[in-house]
Amino acid sequence: MDAAVLTKPHPTSGMTQAAPLLRVSNLTKSYGHVVGCRDVSFELRPGEVLGIVGESGSGKTTLLNAISGKLPPSAGKVEFDTSRFGLTDIYGLNEPDRRRMQREEWGFVHQNPRDGLRMRVSGGANVAEPLMNLGDRHYGRMRAATIEWLERVELDTRRIDDKPRNFSGGMQQRIQVARNLIHGPRLVFMDEPTGGLDVSVQARLLDLLRELVRDLGLAVIIVTHDMAVARLMADRLLVMKSGFVVETGLTDQVLDDPQHPYTQLLVSSVLQI
Amino acid sequence: MSTLPLIVVEDLAKTFVLHNADSAAIPVFERLSLEVSPGECVVLAGESGVGKSTLMRSIYGNYLPTQGSVRVLHDGVYVDITQALPHQVLDVRRRTLGYVSQFLRVIPRISTLQLVMEPLLENGVSSEEAQARAETLLSALRLPRAHWDLPPATFSGGEQQRVNIARSFIRNYPVMLLDEPTASLDAENRAIVVTLIQEALGRGAAMIGIFHDHDVRDAVATRLFGVSEFKAAA
Repeated sequence: MDAAVLTKPHPTSGMTQAAPLLRVSNLTKSYGHVVGCRDVSFELRPGEVLGIVGESGSGKTTLLNAISGKLPPSAGKVEFDTSRFGLTDIYGLNEPDRRRMQREEWGFVHQNPRDGLRMRVSGGANVAEPLMNLGDRHYGRMRAATIEWLERVELDTRRIDDKPRNFSGGMQQRIQVARNLIHGPRLVFMDEPTGGLDVSVQARLLDLLRELVRDLGLAVIIVTHDMAVARLMADRLLVMKSGFVVETGLTDQVLDDPQHPYTQLLVSSVLQI
Repeated sequence: MSTLPLIVVEDLAKTFVLHNADSAAIPVFERLSLEVSPGECVVLAGESGVGKSTLMRSIYGNYLPTQGSVRVLHDGVYVDITQALPHQVLDVRRRTLGYVSQFLRVIPRISTLQLVMEPLLENGVSSEEAQARAETLLSALRLPRAHWDLPPATFSGGEQQRVNIARSFIRNYPVMLLDEPTASLDAENRAIVVTLIQEALGRGAAMIGIFHDHDVRDAVATRLFGVSEFKAAA
């Protein structure tokens, strides 16, 4: 060990700085005069879990949709480290390339499983579909992968041919999770993934998500208004109010020592049980 | 063994500002400096409310100091916890900086054994080795074997605390922060924790601790540090 490190001007410079997986710069989305989100900038690293918190109407979902390619921003850039083109502005890609990148490299777990599943085909087909979309035509291999993923999300594989509507809400959500992870994405967006579930079902799903995220080394952007979900899932937080990011930082620091008046209010409003 | 201090706290100040209570400012400490070298266990002294836990949490990056720096020697380089990016703080916590609080944050459905193994698994230790070490430690801390497969949510305070201690001592962290790790333990279990602390110090760990129990304090402290000397003016 070298005593010279003491005099280094930048004490953290010895840590490796991996390239960002995602870089959001000055992102703004307005609807006419109404601001959805304004001037949001951040970087996400491979394997990092970012929570976006704030009350209803704070712009969380608008921001998530703008980042995930669903809602072209009014200003600013969303760059993703694509496997084909490297770090690229996703809205600069043509439509087929962007859709292909989304299918291959991203997942999106909706709050309502009906928005993320095809309700007219079986649970198993829902899970297998992303593989088919990516060009897999080997039925046996897809079925094996589907069974493996149904097991990973703790679903009874004998029900592989049942339609989603015959599963409970919590099970539907687990089908949606499997459908969004089976193709090995590098970045997964989650919009209130436990929002509509009973607490016991919610705990089980969170647990499962936490385990999968750790085992697969996934990068995740998760929108939630639930501070307990944020604490359990996220490495760091963005706190949003009226379309602006008012505070960012390490999750436990933001929740245990919030700096902004709004974050203080948000954290102190959580009921203890 | 290196003689560089593992923790260097310089000119640290912390004031809480409560924006929703007329922006009331609660000053805790200021101009606080402290260095801890390998093999040292610095015990924070001072009465309740003087800011011992606030200092500890500021060093861990859980609280954001108002001023000053907290540098921790991590991979041979000093990382300023107050300035580092979240992923850097998490990396320092994962590999260098352990923290034993009075309370266990229970995660639903995760068994005691899994919880204790987790810090090793996160550092790439095999599941078999992690389990063997977790079992050794839980046995040493005399947690009944029948409890190992259960989530600790329903355990008594003392049992939860022992799970917490096992989780923190399963890795040989170079730097450890101990916030009353023996608060709800009986004499025999306190003695076991004292042994764990002494072994860690023998390996060259640097520690900062808060102990209200005088026997424990006398057994592990290499020096006392009075937090009240740095009391900030209100």
